[in-house]
Amino acid sequence: MNEEKEVEEQPKPLILQKLEEHHADALLSQDEIRGTIVVVLRKEQAYAVLEYLKTDPELAYTFLVDVTAVDNSQMESELMQFDYARFMVVYQLYSYQGQCRVRVKVPVHENDLNIPSVTGLWRGANWLERETYDMFGINFDGHPDLRRILMPDDFEGHPLQKDYPLRGRGERESFNFDKQNV
Amino acid sequence: MQGGLERATGEKMVLNFGPQHPATHGTLRIVLELDGESVLKATPHAGYLHTGFEKLGEHLDYNQYIVVTDRMNYLSPLSNNFGYVLAVEQLLDIEVPKRCQYIRILMAELSRVADHLLWLGTAALDLGAFSVFLYSFREREKLYSIFEKTTGARLTTSYTRVGGVLRDLYEGCEEDVRQFVSNFPKALKETHTLLTRNRIWMDRTKGVGPISADDAVSYGLTGPCLRATGVAHDIRKAEPYSSYDEVTFDVPVGTNGDAYDRYLVRMEEMIQSCGIITQVLDNMPDGPVNVEDNKITMPNKSDAYGHIEGLIHHFKVVMDGHGVQPPKGDHYCATESPNGELGFYIVSDGSGTAYRIRIRPPSFFHFQALPHMLEGGMVSDTVAVLGSLNVIAGELDR
Repeated sequence: MNEEKEVEEQPKPLILQKLEEHHADALLSQDEIRGTIVVVLRKEQAYAVLEYLKTDPELAYTFLVDVTAVDNSQMESELMQFDYARFMVVYQLYSYQGQCRVRVKVPVHENDLNIPSVTGLWRGANWLERETYDMFGINFDGHPDLRRILMPDDFEGHPLQKDYPLRGRGERESFNFDKQNV
Repeated sequence: MQGGLERATGEKMVLNFGPQHPATHGTLRIVLELDGESVLKATPHAGYLHTGFEKLGEHLDYNQYIVVTDRMNYLSPLSNNFGYVLAVEQLLDIEVPKRCQYIRILMAELSRVADHLLWLGTAALDLGAFSVFLYSFREREKLYSIFEKTTGARLTTSYTRVGGVLRDLYEGCEEDVRQFVSNFPKALKETHTLLTRNRIWMDRTKGVGPISADDAVSYGLTGPCLRATGVAHDIRKAEPYSSYDEVTFDVPVGTNGDAYDRYLVRMEEMIQSCGIITQVLDNMPDGPVNVEDNKITMPNKSDAYGHIEGLIHHFKVVMDGHGVQPPKGDHYCATESPNGELGFYIVSDGSGTAYRIRIRPPSFFHFQALPHMLEGGMVSDTVAVLGSLNVIAGELDR
């Protein structure tokens, strides 16, 4: 019984305390899932918060593990939760100092696919953002070299968007044998 | 290497390094802007082996996708299998039996040795040391026959399953592994005598392609490439998964972050892996290798053929939309693969197919940092630096 109480009264993780203190208006939601802190941020303040997470001496999330996106257009519950924003840009950060992870998510609406680039904070963000642009069509403002990276330069469309077909678009229709057999 | 830029005359030449260069081990391309023999600018290009693995993940069920993970880092497919199913199991909130955890560690460490051996052989071959290539492939062959006997395949192992492994270790596996582990340090010593104090090897790798610890962290380098800069970070120690907290081992680090330190770190890691393997064999627990949950793992063949419940369980696991179905949510799981942090970010919508699978490949970051290590150096160092990073095109392009 006592043990249960202690678990309930555990203090909030430092990062959530500090974010609430300094960037409370940027937080859309906060959670702790399987030991990882997950915060959802407003797009307008996302860069400032990420910069804060990296530069604050107590937090020091100096390692940008990953940047990617999720197309939530076929996941109704997620869409409803964040004002029908189609894409969710996901940053995974790690702090060598605190040896802990945080997952930062930023909802991006389909009618405004721009989001500030974090290449100025982490050099490793360069290719990660290029890949996210290539696969999802998210535009990273201030990125020094926003080109496709995995797909060819003349490719049309963004393959990891949910409405992009698994077998590609365009290429197969141009073959004659395909039409005969269908 | 230093002073390359002072010799610049102003005339530039553009050299295409790859996609079909013997030292690219796969299909990588680097566009080098040269002045004489010094590299002014290097632009790496990725994507030649892009196969849409992440898109495929949205159309295959959780167990089918294990086959795709084999093809990412094809030098250590067992580590990829391990990292992927671990992510799915954490999403399902299940823990596999102790014996299964130990078998997975055993296989992951053996494949780390195999990966480093192939790296060693080819990196040395690129710099002209042919004997090293033969020595390391001789040892690697022994490992591959162990893999073949355990998993049924040399390369496309697909050994793990969500909630367990394909099958238990074969009879006599322990003797085979013990024999390998007892002979291996002696065999590795031969390579040490060939390379470590070798004048040519040192001239070609010492001070070549250096990167500082801060830059390495900023570029997101992980694994041996990060540890060569002096950052003693290993996910097996920092966030022990499976049963890595029950084995003891050292994390070797370098100081200069150059190609020579990356070589030394990898050499020592192989010895440390052998230590882990011995501990795992000594403490290998008995018991089942699969979780006893018929909604996740397949029943015994005798149950499937002999009992109606077994048949139903078998049917349910295999049928589309009835098998492994993690609850709604997302999860990121990182493991220490031979090359560095291999992460799987899985978003589940509660169905039998992942809503999104994102792979965080270590090679992607190493290849990105390549210009930082090449620019200002000589064109001949390109091969040495690229070799020391062990960029695997399969996981780079996915």
